[in-house]
Amino acid sequence: MPRMGFFTDTSVCIGCKACEVACKEWNAIPSDGALDLTGESFDNTSELGANSWRHVAFIEKSVPSQDASAPDGVRWLMASDVCKHCTHAACLDVCPTGALFRTEFDTVVVQQDVCNGCGYCVSACPYGVIDQRKDDGRVFKCTMCYDRIGVGQEPACAKACPTKSIQFGELDDLRARAQERVDALHEQGLADARLYGDSPDDGVGGTGAFFLLMDEPETYGLPPDPVVCSRDLPQMWRQAAIAAGTLLAGLAATFLGRRGQRGE
Amino acid sequence: MSKHRHEPEFTSYYGRPVLKEPTWEPADIAGYLFTGGLAGASSILAAGAQFTGRPALARSLKLGALGAITASAAALIHDLGKPSRFYNMLRVAKPSSPMSMGSWLLAGYGPLAGASALSDLTGVLPAAGRTASVGAGVLGAGVASYTSVLIADTAVPAWHAARHHLPFVFVGSAATAAAGLGLLTAPTGETGPVRRAAVAGAAVELAASNAMEHGTGLAGETFHDGTAGRLLRAAKACTAAGAVGAAVLGGRSRLAAAVSGLALLAGSALTRFGIFEAGRASTKDPKYTVVPQRERLAEKDSAARCDSLVAGLARGAGDQ
Repeated sequence: MPRMGFFTDTSVCIGCKACEVACKEWNAIPSDGALDLTGESFDNTSELGANSWRHVAFIEKSVPSQDASAPDGVRWLMASDVCKHCTHAACLDVCPTGALFRTEFDTVVVQQDVCNGCGYCVSACPYGVIDQRKDDGRVFKCTMCYDRIGVGQEPACAKACPTKSIQFGELDDLRARAQERVDALHEQGLADARLYGDSPDDGVGGTGAFFLLMDEPETYGLPPDPVVCSRDLPQMWRQAAIAAGTLLAGLAATFLGRRGQRGE
Repeated sequence: MSKHRHEPEFTSYYGRPVLKEPTWEPADIAGYLFTGGLAGASSILAAGAQFTGRPALARSLKLGALGAITASAAALIHDLGKPSRFYNMLRVAKPSSPMSMGSWLLAGYGPLAGASALSDLTGVLPAAGRTASVGAGVLGAGVASYTSVLIADTAVPAWHAARHHLPFVFVGSAATAAAGLGLLTAPTGETGPVRRAAVAGAAVELAASNAMEHGTGLAGETFHDGTAGRLLRAAKACTAAGAVGAAVLGGRSRLAAAVSGLALLAGSALTRFGIFEAGRASTKDPKYTVVPQRERLAEKDSAARCDSLVAGLARGAGDQ
């Protein structure tokens, strides 16, 4: 089974939020309560979470005008964010129950009948994606529509996207397509266009859902150089073993003193 | 101090955090870091007291270890989103998950600590009880230290940056807590070893904490600022005062020993809550995620440029 993924080309995102709606509908995700108007451009979803598996970011950036008499311009960026389905997934590594698992499509999914809501994955995710549904206690995130892709359908968000900003397919094909697209944008003079998460050499081994961005990742709320925390785990276990040995030996040594010293 | 600090410039999405705040309740999980350490180190000291003819010290430490590990288990289960599914922790054994390893460690340690305490209290099966005490002491060292890996193996900037130092902070803190319990509960005539443990534990904890607070880059700020900073300053004061009290007066006055013991217990608990709060604070501000990662990228970039320059020069030299 080839690895399946998302390529989200933000250069053609029009901020329609069809992906958010389709995801909510298909996956029967509950509402977060009354609509909260944030005043942050057109974004009232704010972030990915247990009840938001796609999130469209809106960034309005003032561009100083070249001509002193003309008003400054605005550059408007829109981008649909999603779980990255990392090659080296911290959430999956730290899950103590095996509720998080890797599917035959190389995606990362929570088995809701196993999750006991320990919350370890929430603190492990370097992208701040997975979260706990407070009234339920368990954690939830994007499944890349495991039920749909299992029967040959594309995920709901990709199906609903009217501009092909969200593309679903075999990851190798998507990477090749993304490279062509970023080269084309560079030729058009858009030097800020760059791919994010496409490289197998990055701190998470590349992501199953990667992006074409038009600015620095942190502008969109993405970490610029995420690293899977468990990369350092062998070294951490070694350090803890040394500390445990020190504790054992040190406390044993406190009994070596002669009895009958002052106070005894 | 923080007012004069140079604030790094960075971009964020409306100032929102990149990471999610831990879902863990401080009372449950920082509480567990404290009681787990207290239980583990108490079992080690209890085994030592048992074999060196200090029966009152051994008994109070064994009972303390059992009480602390029972409170730990209750806190851990209470903190789950689905407490009724706590048994899923033993569904798999995953070395890549410190929480899974910790669950198995507790599954081994808990019954041993229980058997050790109950045998001591009732006099039933004394030989088995003594063996259980040794087992609890050995596994207790693991219980006291693994919790550092539990919190360091996360994306939480302050905790992950402190991964080299945390194990020593935690075992030092565990030793002072257990020594505090011994000083508080045992007759002065048996507390020689725990007074030494108080001093040694405090020295390790204070030295490792100091190294941690200054060796963790930008995220180290969170150990000084706000609630975490206040908790950790109070922790150091309590731990230092308790250790000095234990060393100087602990052998002479029962009251001084008890007060020193309480100070040491408080110091250990404050350390755990302070470190917990620092971690939370480091997830709430995106600068602790973005700025160190940007610096890392800049280093990689300059290293790559250096490499290509050297390669270019070597090629040039080869052509001539």
